[in-house]
Amino acid sequence: MKLTFNWLKEHFDTKLSEKQIIDKLTNIGLEVESLENQSSELNSFIVAKILNAEKHPNADRLKVCDVDIGKNEIVKVVCGAPNAKKGLLTIYAPPGAIIPKNKMKLAVSKIRGVTSHGMLCSEYELNLSDESEGITELSSDKYSGKIGKSYFVKSNSKVIDISITPNRADCLGLRGIARDLAASGSGKLKKIRKEKLIQKKKQTISVKIKKENNQGCTTFGSCLITGVKNTESPSWLKEKIISLGQKPISAIVDITNYVMFDLNRPLHAYDADKIDKGIIVRNSKKGETFKALDNKDYKLENDMCVIADNSGVLGLGGIIGGIRSGTEMQTKNILIEAAHFNPRSIRKTSKILNIDTDAKYRFERGVDPFSIELGLFKASELIQKICGGEISKFDIQKNENIKFNYIKFDPLLFEKITGFNIGKQEIVRILSDLGFEIKKKKNFLVLKIPSWRPDIEQEVDIVEELVRIKGYDKIKIVEPEKLRKKPTLNRKQRLFHFLKRSMASKGYFETVTWSFTDSKINNLFIDQKQEVQIVNPISSDLNVLRSNIFSNLVFYVNKNLDRGFKDISFFEIGPVFSGPNPGQQEIVIGAIKSGKISRSNWLEKERIVDLFDVKKDLIQTLVEAGFDKEKLYVDDNTPNYYHPGKSGRVFLNKENKKVVGYFGEIHPGILKKIDIKTESIVGLEIFLDNIKIPDKLLRDQKTQYIYSDYQKSERDFAFVMERNFKAQDLIEVISNIDRDLIKTVKIFDVYEGENIPEDKKSIALNVTIQSSKKTLNDEDLDRINKLIISTVESKTGIKIRS
Amino acid sequence: MSDIKKIKDEFISKIKGNLNLDQVNKIKTDLFGKNGLISSQFKRLGSIESSERKKFASDLNFVKDELQDLINKKIQEIETKKINKKLENEKVDITLPERPFVCGKIHPVSQVIDEISSIFSEIGFSVEEGPDIENEYNNFTALNTPDNHPARDMHDTFYLDQKKELLLRTHTSPVQIRTMINGKPPFKIIAPGRTYRSDSDQTHAPMFHQVEGLHIDQNINMSHLKGCLNHFIKEFFEVDKIKMRFRPSHFPFTEPSAEVDIGYQIQNGKIKIGEGNKWLEILGCGMVHPNVLKNVKVDTKKFQGYAFGIGIDRLAMLKYGINDLRAFFECDYRWLNNFGFDPLDVPTNYRGRSR
Repeated sequence: MKLTFNWLKEHFDTKLSEKQIIDKLTNIGLEVESLENQSSELNSFIVAKILNAEKHPNADRLKVCDVDIGKNEIVKVVCGAPNAKKGLLTIYAPPGAIIPKNKMKLAVSKIRGVTSHGMLCSEYELNLSDESEGITELSSDKYSGKIGKSYFVKSNSKVIDISITPNRADCLGLRGIARDLAASGSGKLKKIRKEKLIQKKKQTISVKIKKENNQGCTTFGSCLITGVKNTESPSWLKEKIISLGQKPISAIVDITNYVMFDLNRPLHAYDADKIDKGIIVRNSKKGETFKALDNKDYKLENDMCVIADNSGVLGLGGIIGGIRSGTEMQTKNILIEAAHFNPRSIRKTSKILNIDTDAKYRFERGVDPFSIELGLFKASELIQKICGGEISKFDIQKNENIKFNYIKFDPLLFEKITGFNIGKQEIVRILSDLGFEIKKKKNFLVLKIPSWRPDIEQEVDIVEELVRIKGYDKIKIVEPEKLRKKPTLNRKQRLFHFLKRSMASKGYFETVTWSFTDSKINNLFIDQKQEVQIVNPISSDLNVLRSNIFSNLVFYVNKNLDRGFKDISFFEIGPVFSGPNPGQQEIVIGAIKSGKISRSNWLEKERIVDLFDVKKDLIQTLVEAGFDKEKLYVDDNTPNYYHPGKSGRVFLNKENKKVVGYFGEIHPGILKKIDIKTESIVGLEIFLDNIKIPDKLLRDQKTQYIYSDYQKSERDFAFVMERNFKAQDLIEVISNIDRDLIKTVKIFDVYEGENIPEDKKSIALNVTIQSSKKTLNDEDLDRINKLIISTVESKTGIKIRS
Repeated sequence: MSDIKKIKDEFISKIKGNLNLDQVNKIKTDLFGKNGLISSQFKRLGSIESSERKKFASDLNFVKDELQDLINKKIQEIETKKINKKLENEKVDITLPERPFVCGKIHPVSQVIDEISSIFSEIGFSVEEGPDIENEYNNFTALNTPDNHPARDMHDTFYLDQKKELLLRTHTSPVQIRTMINGKPPFKIIAPGRTYRSDSDQTHAPMFHQVEGLHIDQNINMSHLKGCLNHFIKEFFEVDKIKMRFRPSHFPFTEPSAEVDIGYQIQNGKIKIGEGNKWLEILGCGMVHPNVLKNVKVDTKKFQGYAFGIGIDRLAMLKYGINDLRAFFECDYRWLNNFGFDPLDVPTNYRGRSR
């Protein structure tokens, strides 16, 4: 909502300065978003005449114009507008001027070799209209005497732009803002001046509100003004319209706009001679069409509130009028409409048709239903003053009566909510300044809610009115108590927190990527999951919720590869989605590693990253989180986005059915599809929701600490087995022989090739044996040795390598 | 001159020569070996007259000790020389690079969430979470934002179904609803998390992060809200004093509602938080609307309290001097390396929240 201090002062008397008022506005909840200094910015735009326009020597579409900018000065300006021609009056911006639209400061510049001094402006660039095709054309009758003079009316007042919250429809008019300021003690609200109108004739155009279900119009007020002469608005009115950021059109249109912004009372003016017989306010039928004032054709659905006549739709009530009945300069007789529409109906219609207008914006937030006569009065008074004519009596058609709302308010609630106290008298003063009618009843106040405040529904709304007018700076600060009654994080959150830092400590960079992604990439990693589409994605390559963290990670790894980084370790911890319902998501860590380890290092031999790097990171992370490495169980059944022979999944133990993680090489087919070029790329995933948090805390899981002082012995073995035999199974068999004696089983070599039959491999193990009861002698060790060899053979058929 | 003195003088000059270990050992044998010169003198001891024996023995012992000492020192000297030579040969260029190491990083958003949690932990808030996909009821209706309410326009919502019943939450406020429906007052929670709006330009990202706060108890009023946020902002920006402004605003789910601005100034091209004459909006808050409490079956006669919502990304940008919001989500290796945090740098209230 834009306004100027001077305009505001038409509604209230104040001793405060402009600056004080600006501060006050923000303090009472009418946030000043920006201040535009109208004078300095706009004064430099002047009326100018093109004396000559020639084709630019180096560009077909450009012209070089000699422009008369007054005071006997002629400048050369390069211009791309198709309508730039000899004799045209237009608006010139000199170097140094700031273009209102894009806030660019002009400078003398060379355009294709020709120096251009300033610029000829389009209406779009000056925020006058959306007309960006070509430069502004000024009528020579009016402007030929004004060459060299400022185009805009000079004003020293700032344009104050206020952000009005959706509850404050009343402040979409200057009157409402002035009322709030007056209540805050900044001045005194003036009475609206009403001169007596001479209204002899009746309003002769019939108006009917059709009684039907979902009728969006409750009241329709109108007034016929005959014998007017439409004209250009006087400068005081133009200045106001321009300060609102709008383009003056004609007196009649400008007046209806002025009343809307002044009183938050939208109006519409019809050319009465274009109305076929009478006005019918009714619901539309599907398929009806009309051309609106924005020059667009609209096709209507059922049950939209339209203003119609015998020939069809004239306009959408409270939203936009139609071309057919619009006023023009030649219009002689006009019908002014001031009506009331149901906010829901307005909102529904405008959403379906995707129309946003100033009237719609106001009606959907709530216009004072009792402002109809005032609106008709103000408009007709002004029209008569500027355009002449005869004013009819007002015709008010009502579909339903509007009731006032009342609230019983307990003044004690104020302190209960805000923590500070104000006197009852002060409460009464503020509320009556805001337009409430107050009756005292015992300890309560019975309040009649002003008709312009549809947002006020209950007691707490009254508290807000009082505290905002009083000032939020009056609220005290009570220091918070440093007392914790509940743990800050639950154990699952602690795990999340721990795993995040555990991953980063292994050299991964934590990333945060969108929860949505490109379905084309996502489908590569979707596995068995359902695709979750976004109905209204921000772009077609962010059209689904991610099913997997890899969808985004590989994309960004690829971007970094393109930037020349080769050895990348990224991870993200966050949600992935398996359906469109709340809860169909789980927390996953996804990590990707690419390139080499120890690349170009003088000490260490470089090698590509492989699946055992990510396996290490996965296992180590689980161990760090407190899970027993000896119990972790691995198999090779992985989703199809991993290399089928170079990937695995991990369970917390052999019996647990929930996968806690995957690791492995990304499927080469996928790398080809997304065109990733790197020496190697491996990944891991950890599924936090599948990690069963033990009932016991880690400290309680530990048993009594016992260690053995007896000597330990080591023995090496080599077994020969089928190539696809799992090392994990061999270790398990050996470990299980005697858990008290066999302390560790380590694989120190895996060999295939010479001296080993084809399709077989040899695994060499180192076994540590130690008793907690005695030092083992050669006999004992020999026995265990034999037991290991015989058990392995009997359980797996695998023989010792001879 | 006695034999002893002769031996002594002769060998002292010998030992002083430039000898290797073998030569020293030979001298040692020549003197103290079975038939060594000194050993032989000792053998003579018995044949010396008793009146002179004592002096002879004493002189002999003295010379023996002196020579032995010299020899030991010589051996020591040669060995030291040898070791020094060896060490000299082993000298490497220690300016060559160390073995390679890797440093991971924690994302600024992640770090800031941990900072925020540690601050609110100290004043008794616990952390709650909710799903990213919400239903229309929890995200809007229960929060006193009925359908066809213009306030819904302020949230450009991503929908997951044509009926517009399933959506990506536009704020973390639905966690309030979930927490209150599933529990009993008092409530004292924060809920950090991802939020989504279909809005994308230089200063808006379609996904961003918020932290919700909710404190419902008996007699919790606006001065507690002000106190809580004043404490949080001071702790977060690690300043003793903070210029803070509560400004009336409107949110459907709070009444009265406020937006909070903090004072700042630009010093040497860097933003300085806490003082100065410019205002920066950082959060929205207010007293939880009675309609919201009724929707979640909290007795409004007994309980009341406040809620707030803070943009986490914005806080991170302000505290750590990050200019571009969109860069948070673009995974540029260089950016992450520059703005990321060491994983060991866990924000705590005793060690400090940031280095």
